[in-house]
Amino acid sequence: MTKNQDIIHPFIGKYLRKEVMPHGMCPGCGNMTIANALIRAIDKKFGSFEKFVFVSGIGCAAWIPSPHFLADTVHVLHGRAIPTATGIKLANPELNVIVISGDGDLAAIGGNHLFHAARRNIDIMVVLVNNFNYGMTGGQLAPTTPPEAKTITTPYGNIEEPFNLPALMVEAGANYVARWTIIHVLQLEKSFEKALEMEGFRFIEVLSPCTTRYVRMNLMSIEELLEHFKKNTINVKVASEEDIRSGKILVGEFIYRGREGYLSRYSKIKENALKIWRSKT
Amino acid sequence: MGNEALVVGALLANCRFYAGYPITPSSEIMNLMAKYLPLLDGVFIQMEDEIASILAIIGASLTGVRAMTATSGPGFSLMQEGLGYAVMTEVPIVLVDVMRAGPSTGQATKAAQGDVMQARWGRHGDQEVIVISPASAQEMLELTIHAFNLADKYRVPVILLPDEIVGHAEEIVNVPNEEDVFLYHRREPSSKDEPLFGGDGKKVAPFPVLGKGLNVLVTGSTHTEFGYRRTQDPETHRKLVFHLVNKIRNNRDDIVSYEIYGEDDANVGIVAYGSVFRAALESMKLAAKEGIKLKIFRPITLWPAPDIEIYNFSEGLDILIVPELNTKMYALEVERAVRGMVSVFSLNKIGGGIPIYPGEILSFIKKNMRR
Repeated sequence: MTKNQDIIHPFIGKYLRKEVMPHGMCPGCGNMTIANALIRAIDKKFGSFEKFVFVSGIGCAAWIPSPHFLADTVHVLHGRAIPTATGIKLANPELNVIVISGDGDLAAIGGNHLFHAARRNIDIMVVLVNNFNYGMTGGQLAPTTPPEAKTITTPYGNIEEPFNLPALMVEAGANYVARWTIIHVLQLEKSFEKALEMEGFRFIEVLSPCTTRYVRMNLMSIEELLEHFKKNTINVKVASEEDIRSGKILVGEFIYRGREGYLSRYSKIKENALKIWRSKT
Repeated sequence: MGNEALVVGALLANCRFYAGYPITPSSEIMNLMAKYLPLLDGVFIQMEDEIASILAIIGASLTGVRAMTATSGPGFSLMQEGLGYAVMTEVPIVLVDVMRAGPSTGQATKAAQGDVMQARWGRHGDQEVIVISPASAQEMLELTIHAFNLADKYRVPVILLPDEIVGHAEEIVNVPNEEDVFLYHRREPSSKDEPLFGGDGKKVAPFPVLGKGLNVLVTGSTHTEFGYRRTQDPETHRKLVFHLVNKIRNNRDDIVSYEIYGEDDANVGIVAYGSVFRAALESMKLAAKEGIKLKIFRPITLWPAPDIEIYNFSEGLDILIVPELNTKMYALEVERAVRGMVSVFSLNKIGGGIPIYPGEILSFIKKNMRR
């Protein structure tokens, strides 16, 4: 008879650290579903984690790569994954630098860095896991919490409007912007595959349930939230104005720009600088 | 100019990454880096704020590149959390804080020495960093090279702390030949079994460069010697933090540097650093004309403090003067160092960028000698 611990997922040992399995994510959490989709995409396109660096901030989603991924992982300060990733990528362009972090980390405390990295078209890929609240610290209001939703710091309902992150990222100049939920695993994987082969700034938001905090506080079940994702999402390519007005969640690819990445432009600047310098001396 | 000499020093030290944010009176450093780094196949990037700047240089340093940033008071405050991260993860970086008058926006273009304690204590938690105080344009060049070497040797952030007067001092600078510059090279791990973080408080672990197949786990949380988070375990925390502070404390003899000027038998001593040290040197000449014998202790490393050396220096002195462009900071450390052996008199001046003049130091000495 096969013992339970003998059944080992093929990613464990190759992409995931055996010594940290089973992982500590809550039952029903979407984090490892996202990890699965990302690893499958990397496995298909690159075959290994070689030359990959994963950078994350503070929060539940930041724990997806650190310490689970059997790769170089940099677990930084709250909100500062993007500037750290920027430094890594510019200093060693050979590395594939991926940021995986949460909505609070990337869009609240790290919001400024998010917009500027998109504007600069820095050659990194950002996976923003949006669980609508601060899960790790006990379920507080996030800049992504829907109106009226209850969190531990909005016990009578949220009066703020959430960020529409894909729209912000499109406006800020990101080269690629997509949003999916964790029920769209195959679409998510395809988006990862596409983004992995691009240069410039790539942003993928994934809506994911926080079963321990958000889902429970709003008197839902995980099934209800997933059902909500299923019924109330519509692909941005086919969404009508009426869909948007009625509050449907837009998913899909918001933009695919073919802009030159920062590094490619920077190498041209270096060449140009040398030309100018030589002509002067 | 001091700030320009610093850039030359950094480039000679093989610094090839600069991320920064404009702030007076440090901006010349960034302006020149923007001009030179692209020519040297280096990276220059102007970030959206100082927080991003320090994290970007930490990221760059993790790839094995020598990286630095420069700022002043308000920006230095914003960088404190990032500095703490570099301490915890043992990532070598060099940070320049050209001191201006604070608190807050204060007097942006005016000199001060008010960041001396912030440089030492600005982060939360127990930690040690190295803080170096250049006093001339020449030293801005030389001590910057030294700062990079110390950072790499001890895997610790090194803070260069000139004041605005030194940063903007227009002086002749001798630039050394590239081949004469000593560069310390970070030791990299020789095998996968070698611990990458922490240690026994004496030896520094080899530096794990990203992208070399080491599967490095870098984290600012309490971690084991291979980078695994252990945020509940008291023993891991105790061991790690004692290592972080002890690797500096135990090696203080190698790190600490200072200079002594004047005659051994002088009965008046001065402890001065930065631009004020230059004034103190002049005051020694003035004092000699009046038959007063002075000697000067000049800390080059402000932190770790040359406390034993200051204690030895103070032997036989009647009074010890500490002139500073703040409301009394390093004098507190000097008082601690001399352990009551000699009376310490603090000469303080702030505001408007007016330096402490040599004559002022002399009259202060004469006033206190009479007591």
